[in-house]
Amino acid sequence: MALAAKDLNVGDTYTECLVEDLKRTQIVMYAGSSGDYNPVHTDEKFTKEVAGYPSVFAHGMLTMGMTGRMVTNYVGDGRVTKYGDRFTSQVWPGDTLNATATVDDVTDGVVTLSVETTNQDGVVVLSGYANARVDT
Amino acid sequence: MAVNKFPVEGSHIMMFARSIADDNQIYYDEGYAATTEPGRVIAPPTFAQSSAQFDPDYFLRPKMDEDWFGSGKEATGIKREASSGGGGGGGGGLHAEQHFEYHRHVGPGDVLTAEVKPGKTWEKEGKRSGKLVFSETITEYRDQNGELVITARGVGVRTERPVDQ
Repeated sequence: MALAAKDLNVGDTYTECLVEDLKRTQIVMYAGSSGDYNPVHTDEKFTKEVAGYPSVFAHGMLTMGMTGRMVTNYVGDGRVTKYGDRFTSQVWPGDTLNATATVDDVTDGVVTLSVETTNQDGVVVLSGYANARVDT
Repeated sequence: MAVNKFPVEGSHIMMFARSIADDNQIYYDEGYAATTEPGRVIAPPTFAQSSAQFDPDYFLRPKMDEDWFGSGKEATGIKREASSGGGGGGGGGLHAEQHFEYHRHVGPGDVLTAEVKPGKTWEKEGKRSGKLVFSETITEYRDQNGELVITARGVGVRTERPVDQ
């Protein structure tokens, strides 16, 4: 279902839980589908001993992809016209992520959303925006 | 980096959707997709990132005839200079930002090309990781008719040392 401009108000929010207890296997799945095989995402030994991190961590694009799912669930299929994010903190195995879209503007059949994903400690891991066509 | 042929395929969209834990049937089921507004299977918004699969030189994929920096017997398959610096991501730094503009949503049957152009570079002093060097790339995805379908802008960052936790 797509959104209609008449039903939207600035400040409206939509929230989804993206993942509870992120599994390493999910990160492996993302490496396989995206083709980004950087060992810092899947290779614990390399990541600890060479890269210097406490464990493997998720691709920023995995968090962006899951957050994009929240956006498309909200605005409807094929409606997104722009989507962009900054990766503000790393996402680790075991993390639970929630994503929220907030309506910033509705003009000329386009909704502008700010998008934010936080982890179980309230840390913002992703911050961005999306534009989508809405019914007028 | 350039991708001369990125065929968008249903099975790849299915695997990609699974990998982002998205069970929207528009990514899996042609029959369902026909009942939606797009009227066909489309790719999730961030799917274009998987064009890396079709880049013959993509440096974050092991190649059969080259050493790989991930672990095997040793923690890394490549010995580096001790003074090479952190790099933070272990290979090519970290991904800092990604932006997409959709001119059309692609789906199975589309055959894309991707042309990558360098963008700006800039530096910043980071509290948790020392000096940060940002670099931007613009990727233009065109379809089989030469029409621009997605414009992507990525920002990568190299850190002086791993990000403090």
